[in-house]
Amino acid sequence: MINIIYLQLLIIAMLTAVSCTLPGTFLVLRGTSLMSDAIGHAILLGIVLTFLVTKNIHSPFVFIGATIVGIATAAITELLIWTKRLMHDAAVALVFPLFFSIAIILINLYANDIHIDTDAALLGELAFTPFNKLYIFGQDLGPLAIWVMTIILMVNCICIYFWYPTLKITTFNPDYAYTLGYNPHLVHYGLMTLTSITIVGSFDIAGAILVVAFMIVPPAIAYLLTQKLSHMLIIGPLIAILNTIAGYLLSYALNVSIAGTIATMNGLLFALILLYNIICKEDIHLKL
Amino acid sequence: MIQFDYTFFIVLLGTMLVGITSGIIGCFIILQQESLFGDALAHAALPGLAITFLYTGCKNSSALFIGAIISAGIGAYFILLIHRHTTLKKETSLGIVLSTSFGLGTVLLSVIQRYPTAHKSGIHTFLLGNAATLLFEDLVIISIIAAIVIMTVVACWKEFKILIFDKEFAYSLGIQVSYSKTILTIITIFTIIIGLQTVGAVLISSLLIAPATAAFQWTKKLSSMILLSCLCSCISTTLGTIISSSLTHLPTGPIIIIIATLCTIFSIICAPYLLTIRISSHD
Repeated sequence: MINIIYLQLLIIAMLTAVSCTLPGTFLVLRGTSLMSDAIGHAILLGIVLTFLVTKNIHSPFVFIGATIVGIATAAITELLIWTKRLMHDAAVALVFPLFFSIAIILINLYANDIHIDTDAALLGELAFTPFNKLYIFGQDLGPLAIWVMTIILMVNCICIYFWYPTLKITTFNPDYAYTLGYNPHLVHYGLMTLTSITIVGSFDIAGAILVVAFMIVPPAIAYLLTQKLSHMLIIGPLIAILNTIAGYLLSYALNVSIAGTIATMNGLLFALILLYNIICKEDIHLKL
Repeated sequence: MIQFDYTFFIVLLGTMLVGITSGIIGCFIILQQESLFGDALAHAALPGLAITFLYTGCKNSSALFIGAIISAGIGAYFILLIHRHTTLKKETSLGIVLSTSFGLGTVLLSVIQRYPTAHKSGIHTFLLGNAATLLFEDLVIISIIAAIVIMTVVACWKEFKILIFDKEFAYSLGIQVSYSKTILTIITIFTIIIGLQTVGAVLISSLLIAPATAAFQWTKKLSSMILLSCLCSCISTTLGTIISSSLTHLPTGPIIIIIATLCTIFSIICAPYLLTIRISSHD
């Protein structure tokens, strides 16, 4: 019985890591990596608002509300950039703390005695996810997180498979894509929707901040290893799976936080490849 | 009701000093287009705090402060290394340092949790701040750091200005841009660390950015931008502290951020459309 739970934990962690890597690849290439951080914090407002309306933290509306707030974060950031009164990064850094502050104040005012724990929201509780099971007609169908993350992974795979040419051209040459008739804004919001859904799904598992480690560090490693987008989309998830297994085993041996160890493993691997770049390659800024 | 007692004035003075310091540094940050730098460095302080706590076993402010500064400094150095040796975008390097150091921090915190002396609300205070617990000792540290930051900005005014607006010209004049960049990064780290206790790691980036962005809408001069930014953060921190101490259940940090962001939104909507320098696109 115990063994099954450990296996389920590993499967949940791997599914999360791979689902996060897919939209993360495009975030890294587009230079909007920290939108994942922004959305991760902002969806807390969506969760709190839907909770205050429905009074049930496990209802599917919480998922929908959080996703909508995630997309709204991206939209308001774009609106601020559109005014041309502040830089792109300033707009990102302005919107999500506001949403996060409102969420914290709402929790303190209305939900202080009920179960929304800000610590759990920010850190995630991977260790408890196998115990939250899915029941349909009284049948135990296994942990809910496995089902949710499988669906999200499939959505991510299908969307990226069908949008691959569009995503590719709008990522690498937005101006040329625009002249060909692609709508860069539509693609941006499509990607932000995928990112929001993925972050909301992995929120219980990794938390608001570690989801950044799941989302952008494996694609960044893949970026350093290959020059081709299609290779990056394969190497990224492979690295994510390897690091998840290594991090999981290490956290089991040391008895420390699972998601934190996986994030640290990701960072360590990146540091190793960075070291290789420093030793074996020339300073790219001198080359240019 | 508000109680104008000793504790209230300590908290008010502490948050105001943090506000003024971050108002000044925020102007330099947004003009360099490094708004998310503060966010990354604030999270990079967590491993330092955790390791200092593990070694000293106490919650001595000055020891934790030094640990946090060293840790954030290492984070800043890694950001620089990634930027120099890879072609990754700047935001990605910030995200990597942010998430990895936070992951390492949570691992160390789960080690700390096993100790009987562990303080449960440690991570909560780090992320969201707890201005209400500012002590006289903390106020002394905040005042010293604020004085150092302000004096450095005054002393290096010309160098910082040229670093922000025209690096190539500085280079042609023979001014070492890298030195002034390092000094600016160090005082930025100081500012972020004193802000950790007041507004916390998540919201410190907003305390840096919001007043400076508001000031950016009204003026083209760096000196008046800094003064306006200080004014804006003074108003938001004072109002925020008063509101949060007059109503129960309200944390100080989020209130300050909401007021500062409202100031910024007001400025974006109402400021005269007179700026000749328009921001074309981001890199």
